Order: sequence, then C-alpha cells, then structure tokens
Amino acid sequence: MISQALFIIILAAAIYLFSKNVGKIRRNILLGRPADRSDNPALRWKTMAKIALGQTKMVKRPVAAILHFFIYVGFIIINIEVLEILIDGVFGTHRIFSAPLGGLYNVLIGSFEVLALLVLIACIGFLSRRNIVHLKRFSGVEMTTWPKSDANYILIIEILLMTAFLTMNAADGKLQALGVGHYIHAGGFPISSFLALLLPDSANALEMIERGCWWFHIVGILAFLNYLPYSKHFHILLAFPNTYYSNLNPKGKFENMPSVTNEVKAMLDPSFTPPAAEISRFGAKDVTDLTWKNLMEAYTCTECGRCTSACPANQTGKLLSPRKIMMDTRDRITEVGKGIDAQGKDFKDDKSLLDNYISREEIWACTTCNACAEACPVNINPLEIIVELRQFIVMEESQAPASLNNMFGNVENNGAPWKYSNADRLNWAKTE
Amino acid sequence: MAELVAAGKQPEILFWVGCAGSFDERAQKITRDICKILQHVGLSYAVLGTEESCTGDPAKRSGNEFLFQMQAMANIQVLNGYNVKKIVTGCPHCFNTIKNEYPGLGGTYEVIHHTQLIQQLIDEGKLKAEGGESFKGKKITYHDPCYLGRANGVYEAPRKALEILDTELVEMKRCKSNGLCCGAGGGQMFKEPVKGTKDINIERIGDAIETHAQVVAAACPFCMTMLSDGVKYFEKEKEIQVLDIAEITARANGL
Repeated sequence: MISQALFIIILAAAIYLFSKNVGKIRRNILLGRPADRSDNPALRWKTMAKIALGQTKMVKRPVAAILHFFIYVGFIIINIEVLEILIDGVFGTHRIFSAPLGGLYNVLIGSFEVLALLVLIACIGFLSRRNIVHLKRFSGVEMTTWPKSDANYILIIEILLMTAFLTMNAADGKLQALGVGHYIHAGGFPISSFLALLLPDSANALEMIERGCWWFHIVGILAFLNYLPYSKHFHILLAFPNTYYSNLNPKGKFENMPSVTNEVKAMLDPSFTPPAAEISRFGAKDVTDLTWKNLMEAYTCTECGRCTSACPANQTGKLLSPRKIMMDTRDRITEVGKGIDAQGKDFKDDKSLLDNYISREEIWACTTCNACAEACPVNINPLEIIVELRQFIVMEESQAPASLNNMFGNVENNGAPWKYSNADRLNWAKTE
Repeated sequence: MAELVAAGKQPEILFWVGCAGSFDERAQKITRDICKILQHVGLSYAVLGTEESCTGDPAKRSGNEFLFQMQAMANIQVLNGYNVKKIVTGCPHCFNTIKNEYPGLGGTYEVIHHTQLIQQLIDEGKLKAEGGESFKGKKITYHDPCYLGRANGVYEAPRKALEILDTELVEMKRCKSNGLCCGAGGGQMFKEPVKGTKDINIERIGDAIETHAQVVAAACPFCMTMLSDGVKYFEKEKEIQVLDIAEITARANGL
C-alpha cells in the first residue's frame, strides 16, 4: 500500500511538472508572429508520417540513421512495457499484461529485451562518436559545455534505463525459476538470462535487485520526461508537430511580406488605401518578431549539426553556423520566457536576438542556398530566420553592407544589380 | 516583344534574359546560344529588351523586400500588359522568383528554365545532338545551381540535356540535393565574401577537379562566374572548360 501511494505521488508530481513546463514552452512559441500553416492537412499528415515517423531524411547519413533507428524504435516499443509498469505501480500488481496476453507476452518481453540491447549498443556508439572519435559535426563555436553535456547526459540516462530494465528482468527470471512468491512464470528473457548468471542466488537479494531496478527504471523515466523541456531531447516530441507544420512550398519560394505589399501598392496607386494594420517592424530584431513556427523549430532542434556541416559558408571557415542560429533563437526565447515569468507580460530587457546572440557577420555570410533546410531531418529552416534578420537590418536600420547598398541603388535606378544603363539591355544581340 | 505585339503577333514563349544574360559578357554568349536553340527548333519567341528589369531576387534575398516588390510589380505590369503566358529564363534566380514569388503579387505564368526547355525539346525529338562538336567520350560533370536544384527540385532536366551527348557524365561528391553552392547566392555576388578560410567557389571547384572532368556544366550565369574564377584560381583553364548547358547544346548541334 505504501509503495502504491508513493508511486502515485511521484507519478502525479512528474506529470504535473512536465505539463507545466510544456505549457511554458507552448506559451513561448506562441509569442511569435502569426503564420498560417493550416492549409492542405492531407499533405501535412503525409509529410509528418514520412519525415518524423518514417525518418526518411535521416538515411542520408546511414550510420547515424541505423543507430538512431534502434533508439527510436526501442523507445517507442518499450513504452508498452512502461505502460505495464505504470499500471503495476498504481494497482500494486506484478506483470499485469502476462495473464491476458499469454504466449504473446513472452514474445513481447523477449523483443523488448532485444530492443533494449540494440538501444544500449546505439548509445555506446553515439557516445563514442561524440567523445572518442570526435566527429567534426559535434563541435563548433555553439557547441559549448552545456550542449555537449546535454548530449552525453541523454545517452548515459538511456544506458542506465536500459541496464535497469534488463537487470530487473534478469532478477525476475531468476525469482521465477526459484518459484518465489508472486513471481509468476511470465516473459521471455533472451538477453537478461545472460545477466542472470551474474546475480546472487538468494531470493531476498534477488527481490531487492528486482524491486530496486523496477523503481530506478520507472522513476528514471519520469525524471527523464521532466528533463526533456530543458534539453535538446525535446525533439522526440516536437519533431511531429514541427514536420506537420512544415513549409510545403518549394524551398526557393520566400514569403512576400504583406505589409510591404500594401505600402508598395499605395505608392504605385494613390487611390489604394491599405487596410489598417497594427504597426510592427519589418523583419526581425528579436525572437518575438519571428513567427511561431520559427520558434517551434528552435525548440525542435536537436543540435545534430547536419545543417552546419552542409553549409557552404561554415565549410569555408565563416562564422555562420545554421545550428547556432537555431540554438541562439531557443536560448533567447527561453530567456524572454523566464523574464515574463518573473516580471509579467510586458517584460522588456535591453537585449535582442540580433547582436546579443547572432552577429551581423554571421547573417551576411549566408548564400541562401537552402543546404541547411535540405539537411535537417525534421524540416527546420534556419534560412527563414537569417532572412528575417536581414530584413530588419536593411529596412528598419538601413545598415546593409555598403556593397549591397550599391547593388540596391543600381537595381532601383538602372533595373540591374550592376551599374549598366538599361538602354544597353539589348546590346548582347548586337555583338557576336 | 513590343515590335511583335505592334505587328499583331503573339510569340509562343517569352525569353526572360535576366541581368547577367544582358550585361555580363560571358553570360551574353549563353543568351545568344539560347536564342540560337530557339531559332533552330523554330519556336517563336520574344524578349522584352529595355522593358525588362531586374526581377528583384538579389534585393529580396538580401532583405530588401521593398525594392523586390517594387521591381516585381513593375515587371508584372509589363508582363501582364503583353498578356504573357509562358516564360523561359536563362537564369535559375529569375526562374525561381517569377515562378514562385510573382503569383502572390498578381503575376501567374508558366515558367521554365532553359535546361527544362532543352529537355522538353529533346523529349519531343525536336532537338538532337548532331551536326556539331562531338562531346563523345568526354568527361562532363554538372554543377547544380541552388535555385534550380534544392529550391525547385529540378535535377534531371539538365542531366538529360547532357546524357544525349554520349559523354561520360560524372557526378561530384556533393551533387543534386547535396550540391554545394557556388557562393554567389543571397546577394553574395554583389559583395566581398565575409572573412573565412577559403572562398566558397574555390571549395566547389575542388569537387569538380576531383572528378577529372574536362567540362564543368553550369546552368546559371552566377555559377558560371564563380566556377570560372575557381578554375582560374587553380590555373586549370587549359584542362577544364566551364560551359553552360545551353552552350553545350548549341555546340553539339553546330549552331
């Protein structure tokens, strides 16, 4: 009874805390400008199924794709076991699914064990890629202490959880063989039976190990759940809505700013009266000038660095790193969110995404080639943020680099980015 | 275009030359070759001449949405004025902008890039590779322009235009959706590169050199400039030619 009550308290606290933090992230995302992504739901579901569920963009890097697939499938399927643990914990039962499922239960538990082993192998593989092989993709200016530790913590936690799961099964299997108490014959233990050889033979000790691992496993999962909102690992949840709300247009199509359209129309046609719109700035200086989708993408980013490793500017030693753009955006919106928590809705500080987080040198190094957007396994588009920051610099501040200002002048006066007279436009036809 | 319309004629297609194609000496050659191909297959076409103006692409990607929309609306007025339905462009940037960004501002046309036109003409049997320079057995590699490839998913048309030549088409390690930018997009063409360890076009031409190709095929006047500069940087002008798909097609047909 006491353990049931304790379990229910821990479970309720974990769910409460998690919902509260997810609610904060949701609020932060909604601080962004509106953007309509409600069209074409059929294609949106399809995109989500293909890219998030089917992981089709992961396969470009096969080693990472396979290891990631082990962990992904492992975590989804082992959740059936977590459900059983939750029910057992609340009702004080033991392996409640074993009776109704019969023989299938043995197959299920057996397959969970195989998956757990694959998850273990994948985590070790990932840890060594980060810490022994030192893959270039996992370093860079933005990969400071926290992002590196975050990645390692996630992998270590997963290793611990899987080890606890297998050890629990090993002890359970041994107790079943000894015919102790409520340890009914249930489950197939293809992997943990090897572990059982390392365990003591005393029923008491085994029971302590079994219970210890059971508690460690489930409390660990609940703690891990509450780690997600602070971590890049939040991608396991946001990957789904983020791909659902993907930009479905060709990548080359940049949004035509409606506020500008109204002003240009009014300039060309004096009789046109633009609809009264709330005054907002052109482009983005801070995170709240970005769209909610940009902000959702920042929370979805798992910092894998595929964008940065595909970025032509980054590859040639420039300061720009698309991953940094996303991480800076997340850090800044988190900061703004904390400010709102502390000081209320009208929170203001003297910082902004541009300059305090992202420098102008980074912004002007982009070739808008879309390699970053193409590379992202969950359809994040760092380029949108870069262009929005450029729009602010150009249209609000008139602070474009001098050479670009020259180009603008040429386009405006001569209809070409170079200083040629428009009267000479047909000269190509005259010379051979 | 004005002359044709004055004479009461409507051409089948409008050839949008683009700024580079109009003013850049190297790109002018490509423009002339596109015209030769159009004449060769007997397609009636027109150009806007002095009525054409920058699409606004470099302004938009550099953050100057005002200038972009001013350019776009002026161009749309001209295009709609001539009742243009179909456009072929000599530049992937013009192609992308007119195709994707003009409809929202009132300009909806069927827009194709010249490599797509060449592919269509080949598929229809109107264009072959005969009567001109033989590219047989030559190694050719194709550089995907970002605004044709990733931006609009056009990967096959330019390759089709090369396959007909009976050449050895080799791919660079970074190609198609993984293709590396030449370094010119997003307004970079018109400014000094930001400080780094290397210029992007030098990195890219390295990929081309690795393939041992004799010809680097391009499909964008800006890529043309960047890739040619890259070849010059390595002093490989004798070994490697950078040619637009239109030039290759024109040569192969003796135009």
